[in-house]
Amino acid sequence: MQVNEGFKPTIVAFCCNWCSYAGADLAGNNRLNYPAEVKIIRVPCSCRVNPMFILRAFQRGADGVIICGCHPGDCHYTSGNYYTRRRMSLLFSMLDYLGIERERTRLEWVSAAEGAKFAATMNDFVEQVTKLGENKRLEDLRCKQ
Amino acid sequence: MQTVTKEMLIAKAAELLDNGSVTRVFGWQKGEFDYDVTPALFHSAAEMEKDFVWNDFCGANFSKYLIKDKGEGKVLVFLKPCDTYSFNQLLTEHRFDREKVYAVGIPCDGMADIRLIKEEAGEGVTGVDTEGDELVVHTLYDGDIRLNRGDFLAERCKVCKSKKHVAYDELMGDDGEIADSARFDEVAKLEAMSADERFAFWQNELSRCIRCNACRDVCPACSCEKCVFGNPKSGVENKAASDSFEEKMFHIIRAFHVAGRCTDCGECSRVCPQHIPLHLLNRKFIKDIDTFYGEYQAGAEVGSRAPLVDYTEGDIEPSKAVERGGANA
Ligand code: SF4
Ligand code: SF4
Repeated sequence: MQVNEGFKPTIVAFCCNWCSYAGADLAGNNRLNYPAEVKIIRVPCSCRVNPMFILRAFQRGADGVIICGCHPGDCHYTSGNYYTRRRMSLLFSMLDYLGIERERTRLEWVSAAEGAKFAATMNDFVEQVTKLGENKRLEDLRCKQ
Repeated sequence: MQTVTKEMLIAKAAELLDNGSVTRVFGWQKGEFDYDVTPALFHSAAEMEKDFVWNDFCGANFSKYLIKDKGEGKVLVFLKPCDTYSFNQLLTEHRFDREKVYAVGIPCDGMADIRLIKEEAGEGVTGVDTEGDELVVHTLYDGDIRLNRGDFLAERCKVCKSKKHVAYDELMGDDGEIADSARFDEVAKLEAMSADERFAFWQNELSRCIRCNACRDVCPACSCEKCVFGNPKSGVENKAASDSFEEKMFHIIRAFHVAGRCTDCGECSRVCPQHIPLHLLNRKFIKDIDTFYGEYQAGAEVGSRAPLVDYTEGDIEPSKAVERGGANA
């Protein structure tokens, strides 16, 4: 961690309204800590996350993007997260193929009851991205201040 | 050497035009040289006698043209084996009316790549003839040059996935077999590189893109009425507005939009004026789909369910998928 001391990554977390967003709430209610660099974007379902959103987040300066949804089988809309899983498997594998670090993207299942898992996941992801440092491969220089 | 000749195709078209089965014909039209062949619509046998060609440069796949074709009566379309996959895929997506098409399947012995020929034969190529296993290249400065045909086939034909037609109303010549193709070898080679090498490879390839959108326009899977990349407000619709990020964005998103529906027809790589190996992006998705969800060939059957609009409860998780994808860390 010495290499990137002082570096605070920007993390975008897409959280499904029904499970993971409530999970984040629970983490807050229980006063569990996770880094303030995690910017949560609430989506109706993890399946709402268009691959374009992920690339856009990277373009506008995100250093890591994480998607959180209901556990398989628990989707509020029955099957949304199953489609998410297929899409993200293919997209992450493609990004990896293009040489964009695979550690910058993640998909996690977090239920409304898993406040602790939410906090732990975010802590872990932030640590992982901090080690990698700034995202240079997908950023758009025009978006830098 | 193509087994069906140009004369046979014109005779077939004349017969169908005469007996009223069809009113027009999609076929390849000769350009200034043998090798600059253009897709065209013919209305009579006389027109075809004049301009129709069937040679080693008839790569254009007519399936997508059927979407825009709105003439009266039926249209005759000649389909090579690989074209029939796109034909089926478009039918699956309800993009044209099967009743309005008369499809004639024609065998294909592979198409030559004029770029490779010019690299070898040099400047001033005025024409190319096929004699058995050889290409006879006529040049202005060096006379005739003989080349081994097999070495100058288009990339997609060297690794042809199928000589078998999966859709037709009538077949000319003999049907072939589904081939055991080596089309994923190049993808595997890239996967074996380090992440930095892969990044450098793609940066080099994709930065040459001039955003002419030819790959999108020719693609039978890219047939949306409105395209995200056609929106002038998006800031990604042309090269002037783009930077290195947008190039990657365009290609990742385009490949993703056709994932599971791309038949690997190879048209995108054929038309790219910058010679970007776009098939390596599409084939990565096909390879991953095969590995993660079982083998799937888009267009093999009408009505099959594309892998991205399907799921099973035990699907692989993305974290595992990236490892299984085979790429080096
Ligand atoms: S992406 Fe390329 S290979 Fe795939 S269907 Fe479109 S033109 Fe054909
Ligand atoms: S055909 Fe080639 S140059 Fe044109 S937009 Fe596609 S990749 Fe870019």
